Amino acid sequence: MRSEGSPLLLKIAALACVAFLHVPLLLIFLYAFTTEEKSFQFPPPGYTAKWFGIVWERQDIWDAIGLSVKVASIATFLALILGTCAAAAISRAKFFGRDHISLLFILPIALPGIVTGIALRSAFGIMDIPFSTWTIVLGHTTFCMVVVYNNVLARFRRTSGSMIEASMDLGADGFQTFRYVVLPQIASALLAGGMLAFALSFDEVIVTTFTAGQQSTLPIWMLNELIRPRQRPITNVVAIFVIAVTFVPILAAYYLTREGEHTGGTGK
Amino acid sequence: MSLTRSISNFLFKHPNGFLTLLLAPPLLWLGIAFLGSLSVFLFHAFFSIDEFSGFIKYEFTLSTFAELFRLSNFDVIIRSLVMATAVTLASVVIAFPFAYFAARYARGKWKALFYILVMLPLWSSYLVKVYAWKLILAKEGIISWLAGELHLTWALDALLAIPVIGGPSLSISFLGTFLVFVYVWLPFMILPTQAALERVPVNLIDASSDLGGTPAQTFRHVIFPLALPGIIAGSIFTFSLTLGDYIIPQIIGNSSYFLGQTVYTLQGTAGNIPLAAAFTVVPIVIMGIYLAIAKRMGAFDAL
Repeated sequence: MRSEGSPLLLKIAALACVAFLHVPLLLIFLYAFTTEEKSFQFPPPGYTAKWFGIVWERQDIWDAIGLSVKVASIATFLALILGTCAAAAISRAKFFGRDHISLLFILPIALPGIVTGIALRSAFGIMDIPFSTWTIVLGHTTFCMVVVYNNVLARFRRTSGSMIEASMDLGADGFQTFRYVVLPQIASALLAGGMLAFALSFDEVIVTTFTAGQQSTLPIWMLNELIRPRQRPITNVVAIFVIAVTFVPILAAYYLTREGEHTGGTGK
Repeated sequence: MSLTRSISNFLFKHPNGFLTLLLAPPLLWLGIAFLGSLSVFLFHAFFSIDEFSGFIKYEFTLSTFAELFRLSNFDVIIRSLVMATAVTLASVVIAFPFAYFAARYARGKWKALFYILVMLPLWSSYLVKVYAWKLILAKEGIISWLAGELHLTWALDALLAIPVIGGPSLSISFLGTFLVFVYVWLPFMILPTQAALERVPVNLIDASSDLGGTPAQTFRHVIFPLALPGIIAGSIFTFSLTLGDYIIPQIIGNSSYFLGQTVYTLQGTAGNIPLAAAFTVVPIVIMGIYLAIAKRMGAFDAL
């Protein structure tokens, strides 16, 4: 680092910012081992690892994890197909209304989540659709698609169309070109977009509160604990689990797309 | 000729058909699931609730919009606007030194590290972040402990004694709500600010100092104006996200309502869909105005 030239005050301010961003998350790790059950006392009066075992035995938490994984998997799968189609169309062709359509594709992330959630809820109400796993998936796919779209679009913009033309000239049909030329080019962007979409869906709570009904995904379980804390040590352990599950795809996505392009749309 | 080949030949000869085929699934999904339900919901703002039966009266009226200006409702709008503005300004102040350092002094591996240091909190679980602050701000939590160790308990008490923003403890005050908002949305300010600062040509800075500008003048007249579009781009996120959030004030704060919570309660327990819709129009209109201003200031090129 060429930090010799940086003023001391600037360095301190930057480091303070890093501490501000990261100390809160580290604290949760400390709290997961506390023996205190009834309050958030600091420093913890004693340390124990028993909460991990207790969480392991909890069926309601496993059910919530199961539902979250199921929803995230289906939503990611649908988002990959829809987002790639959208990115291909927007990047390859010029057509009437293209700018408006590309604005529409990022709207679910640009507008506050509550707007998406409430709109879906009222639509379910009007059409008498009962809440199910599929109503959650419907909401999640709407914003997961945007993440995939952003990643794949960035990749399409960096790859030139001449490879596709060459493939066609050499006698490959459209499907062969897609399989042997386009897919290898966008594979890592798809993987990155898919992982970010999965992380986003696994963590989503705002839209989910409107589309889940009585079902409990892991974030909904946590939200209930946050509003009415009843099992603080167990919540700490679940929080660590959530951090771990979301960090892996984020880091992986970063390594897959790091050559000079930002990782997926900045926005949740 | 095989079937796949004839399909692909057909698509090749009809590029518009191919385009339609690509666009149709995502457009249908967003058009029906997102735009469709959104417009149906927002349209309810032109209806009203029958005060006696509690059912929606399906007659065109502007009275629901007029209700927004009733004192208790207007308070919510003002409170949300003030909070969003304060959070945005604080984010600028905290993000700028970090972004400036990362853009100008960090190189190679360090640059990648700084990027990850922002990306991890940005993408990590929203609820976990809020939860972490519940631990920190609690009366028995680390801040009170730290104040006690440093013999600064009096300062913390004085801070909490300030009317309006204070409260019995940090986790039950506007100050706490504000801190959590800043924490949660800060990365959204750092990334575009840093991106804008990276694009400031070094030779412009050199030219400014060659021509006798002091570092303060260079900052004021060269660096800051060039970074402004990035800051405004970041402020779109911090402002909009604060305006629409309804979970943070519910968990950390003195339980006075913000826009998001109001909408949530109105459509849920209160069952007043028309007023909920009218309230939803407020952040959409505010963001529309905000985006129009941001666009004029060149923020979209900095996204």
